[in-house]
Amino acid sequence: MSGTASPQGNLGADIGGTFTDVVLEIGGESYSAKVLTTYDAPERAIIEGMHRVCAKAGVTPAAIGRIIHGTTLATNALIERRGAKTALITTEGFRDVIEMRTESRFEQYDLNLTLPLPLLPRNRRYTLRERVAASGKTLIPLRRADVAALAEQIAEAGYESVAVGLIHSYLDPSHERLVREVLLERMPGLAVSISSEVSPQMREYERFNTVVANAYVKPMMKRYLASLAAKLAGEGADCPIFLMHSGGGIMSLEGAAEFPVRLVESGPAGGAIYAADVAARFGLDRVLSFDMGGTTAKICLIKNQTPKTSRVFEVARSYRFKKGSGMPISIPVIDMVEIGAGGGSLAQVDSMRQIRVGPESAGSEPGPACYGRGGMRPAVTDADLLLGKIDPAHFAGGSMLLDVAAARTAVTAAIADRLGMSGETAAFGIVEVVDENMANAARVHAVENGEDLSGYTMIAFGGAAPLHAGRLCEKLGIARLLVPPGAGVGSAIGFLRAPFSFEATRSVYMRLADFDAPLVRDLLAELESEATSFVRSCDARAPLSVETKVYMRYVGQGWEIPIDVSRAEPTIDAYRALFEAEYAKLFSRTVQGLDIEITVWAVNASTAKTVPAQAEGLGALAALTASSQREVFDPALGVRVTAGVFARSEVAIGRLVAGPCVIVEDETTIIVPAGCAATCRSDGCIEVFKPSTDAAEARLAAMIEA
Amino acid sequence: MSKLSTVSLQVMWNRLISIVEEQAQALIRTAFSTSVREAGDLSAGVYNRAGLMLAQAVTGTPGHVNAMADAVAHFIREIGPGNIFEGDIYITNDPWMGTGHLHDITVVTPSFYRGRHVGFFACTAHVVDIGGRGFGADANSVYEEGLYIPIMKFADRGKVDQPFVRLVRGNIREPDQVVGDIFALATCNDVGHRRLTGMLDEFALDGLEQVGDFILENSRRATLEKIAALTPGAAEGAMLSDGFATPILLKVKVTIGADEVCVDFAGSSGVDPKGINCPMVYSKAYACYALKCAIAPEIPNNAASLEPFRITAPENTIVNALHPAPVALRHVIGHLIPDTVYDALDKLLPRTVPAEGAGPLCNFQVSLRPASEAARLSGARRAEVLMFNCGGSGARPTLDGMNTTAFPSGVMTMPIEATEHAGPIIIWRKELRPDSGGAGRFRGGLGQFMEVGAVEGHVFDMSAMFDRVKHPPRGRLGGADGGATEIRLDNGTAMAGKGRQAVPEGRKVMLSLPGGAGYGPASERSHAAVLRDLALGYVSAKAAKAAYEVSDAEIAAVEAGLKRGELPSPG
Repeated sequence: MSGTASPQGNLGADIGGTFTDVVLEIGGESYSAKVLTTYDAPERAIIEGMHRVCAKAGVTPAAIGRIIHGTTLATNALIERRGAKTALITTEGFRDVIEMRTESRFEQYDLNLTLPLPLLPRNRRYTLRERVAASGKTLIPLRRADVAALAEQIAEAGYESVAVGLIHSYLDPSHERLVREVLLERMPGLAVSISSEVSPQMREYERFNTVVANAYVKPMMKRYLASLAAKLAGEGADCPIFLMHSGGGIMSLEGAAEFPVRLVESGPAGGAIYAADVAARFGLDRVLSFDMGGTTAKICLIKNQTPKTSRVFEVARSYRFKKGSGMPISIPVIDMVEIGAGGGSLAQVDSMRQIRVGPESAGSEPGPACYGRGGMRPAVTDADLLLGKIDPAHFAGGSMLLDVAAARTAVTAAIADRLGMSGETAAFGIVEVVDENMANAARVHAVENGEDLSGYTMIAFGGAAPLHAGRLCEKLGIARLLVPPGAGVGSAIGFLRAPFSFEATRSVYMRLADFDAPLVRDLLAELESEATSFVRSCDARAPLSVETKVYMRYVGQGWEIPIDVSRAEPTIDAYRALFEAEYAKLFSRTVQGLDIEITVWAVNASTAKTVPAQAEGLGALAALTASSQREVFDPALGVRVTAGVFARSEVAIGRLVAGPCVIVEDETTIIVPAGCAATCRSDGCIEVFKPSTDAAEARLAAMIEA
Repeated sequence: MSKLSTVSLQVMWNRLISIVEEQAQALIRTAFSTSVREAGDLSAGVYNRAGLMLAQAVTGTPGHVNAMADAVAHFIREIGPGNIFEGDIYITNDPWMGTGHLHDITVVTPSFYRGRHVGFFACTAHVVDIGGRGFGADANSVYEEGLYIPIMKFADRGKVDQPFVRLVRGNIREPDQVVGDIFALATCNDVGHRRLTGMLDEFALDGLEQVGDFILENSRRATLEKIAALTPGAAEGAMLSDGFATPILLKVKVTIGADEVCVDFAGSSGVDPKGINCPMVYSKAYACYALKCAIAPEIPNNAASLEPFRITAPENTIVNALHPAPVALRHVIGHLIPDTVYDALDKLLPRTVPAEGAGPLCNFQVSLRPASEAARLSGARRAEVLMFNCGGSGARPTLDGMNTTAFPSGVMTMPIEATEHAGPIIIWRKELRPDSGGAGRFRGGLGQFMEVGAVEGHVFDMSAMFDRVKHPPRGRLGGADGGATEIRLDNGTAMAGKGRQAVPEGRKVMLSLPGGAGYGPASERSHAAVLRDLALGYVSAKAAKAAYEVSDAEIAAVEAGLKRGELPSPG
């Protein structure tokens, strides 16, 4: 990435819930640091991390040419309701859209269900008399005097930020713009977000929620970003700063300050970009990225080295990560499933005498029972420990001695005694259940996207993933697993691999039967100019690639599927053929005799992806014998087996280790199941694979035997 | 059975539940009817070879719970066990063997693994039209309600019955969409079958026997343990509702025994002349759902977990209407059953069940057409638009009711922007209805206001499906009733709660949808909660003074706070 154009370093900084990760790439080398997140002034951790990596690299901050930053600050502000004093202005008759939600219950059998509160209570939601129809025609014009009167109320109440969301404004934004104009005349310093800019899409609940979320975090993020830029400059890093957005690209600091809702989930997006970069090194077109930490696991499909994206996702799920219990945000986002399955997830026995794991988590305090900090309930890490997957003396590089007896007591009391099984079987049960939960989430995600996971490669990162990835691969029928180096700071590395990109979208309804080619050309040209000008504000010269997607469905259906029409002429026949091919792939058959409709148009402009150095092919491999061994429970066989123990540094390029074995590093442990082998690739990835009957690999199998 | 296999059996149980969830997702993604794809009015399940349900997707429709559990046994009987082949697909919309009205189409597919019949997948969806008079309460018998599809083969050994498809197409208003939905139903069973095949491969099984027995045994035992923990006893409950032309009485007796809970509807009203009658399957589903929520909410639905709940009703009552009674709007009565059961259950399990809520979904269908030939020539068109909307739910023993949230149904409303694209309709208002939540220690959830009109150049009929006009939700333990349903034109003309009614050109329909009832006396509500309700506009100043004894000074203080955009601090 540093290339020839700039000799200077690139700094990636990811502010997470617990740690702030900083990575510096300079002169072909990479240096990383993990610093505790400083909630009162988040930029402090970045500055400390920056000094640490600069010291490691032996450079000053002046050597940094570009900083790319991602953060959970916006997400956390939404979850913890710590945003600005914000008002919503909406169409008369629709004051309660964000409160009434979908009018449904996300959990059918809970009589004491509590719905999440809207971000803004009812008294902070104001209405104006105006109305645009579904045809785009104005039914009731907006009167400037009405807005001026409302602006007085807003001023008197002392709001810091205002969201404007009017019915059908994605068709005609003029009323929303007039509201903004009048508000700013009265209060020049007010932060105003309008829905036709933040999320110009049909469906009022999602659009209003998104503009409200943007307005809610805007003053805080604006202050934070300004302060960050000033302090970094003050420390000598006077270089351009860019922000990672949820769609997996990079945007300017100014863009981020205007649309901070696009920063939501930027950390996990960085992880997906990181996995996509690893996929590119190996030329892999079908990859499942698996990121498992202490509280949750995130799973993402990466096709043709590009993470799958979506237009809507849910933030701040309030009820066991259940779909529907959060707030929908409609912005371009990397599409992943997040479930409550991590090392800290707690296990219990339910009324059907079934073992249940998560989503409740022991967190870092008190943590799993084996941490010896007062945790009494068994967590996944306790079960991993009892099964021999973790060495109690070498957890976190030996910095923390794990208490096996405490883990056993917790598993026995909560699970084994209640089910009349041995402690080991109970531990196996816990791990098997959490692995199955993750496998089911991955399967459903794949099915929703019309994918079959066999033939996929898994890329695993995050502290707990390598412990569980081998078993997950067995469950999903995945034959190949890559565990990249530096997996602990994967998201921050991912930031440095992300392109500048921006997606412009519009809801314009059109049936193919009424296809209006000139209008389509104009619309796509307008979207393209919007998207490219955003990217050009970050990088004026780099070559751009432009991708056009239309969201199509049969007339009468409710779910659109995205169709890439980048290379198609805008004609009825071309669009129809592309849609039918994709539909048949997803759902086996097309539907005869029905018209097709387009609901949303999206143009994504992006600088070229960095092409990483290709990993070299496997050379001759020499089997490595373990100097020590330990007993590890094998879930597929259901018994303990003797497994070799290797340090990650031992498993060098050209070395081959045979499963069952464990490969230990400071941050995690890779479990290589029986019947699999592992080696180190030229880029430092550990590859775990199942030798097949294929001739070349039969030789490998023979070596494993030897 | 070794302990290790217990772990794998549990994994397989989880897998089957995940498979039926995938099956349901596939249906939502491919369906045409708004009731399925937007509202979630569907169900999907997997069965063993004997037709016992092993797992069912949790969707928006408790009405399909028990009905689906029984359905496959009917198919096995009618098709004949010797007549079941690989590649077959079966279909019906029989209200008495399916899920209660002709609009629900059930598709069943036998699943074969390596040539051996291992089980069935079944799914049900509410289609947009089934012919006859159209969706509404106005029919006098099921014959007027549309096309009847007896249990039959839709596909025989992979070959779709084309004459059947032509017959369907010729008898309904939206042939493309309905035939599309039938194919979507078949597709979703295929998805389930493919996942099941993968599971049997992975675990090296040749059938569902072992995992099926494990599921049924554990579910039965868990359900019986829940029932055994209750105090045995019997209690009666009743509810009066609007009906079509005459009020309908629902009566129940709930008996908790040592190993069963029985609900009997003896004493309920007889069959109604109009289409609000329930076939037994549907009444059974909602009674059972009510009991499961209160007694065993976390146990997944299957043949064994439902079996200890025994639901009975005399024949030819409104809750056990026999063929050929009209049944199209059976949901209106069916959705009132849980609150009726809770009227009795509250006497047996104190402080467990909520106060009454809005009950039935507040649905309506709008039929729009050009107002004149001139309007038609300038682009006005015909369209049918169905909307799902919710009143408030009842207050709970320790919580307020939920605003505009359905119970017992769990379906979703449609965005009004999407509805306005579906036809020339304009929704002028859809927002919370202050003062509709019944006062109480815990307040009922709010209902909503709606205003419905047509785009210029169109007129429309509204087929109303509302209850709670004359019989608002009743409070519990001293809580006040929820706000009743109101329906009228914008010029004040009264309209009826049920039936198809013409709306004159240029007029709007003004709807006030019901609120949930309160729980406990209003005098015991925390004063801070009352002031907060006042500031949020859930309760008007007038109502706050009347129901909760709020002083003028307090009202003035709340209003001053509102000018600063502030709420009173929670007490």
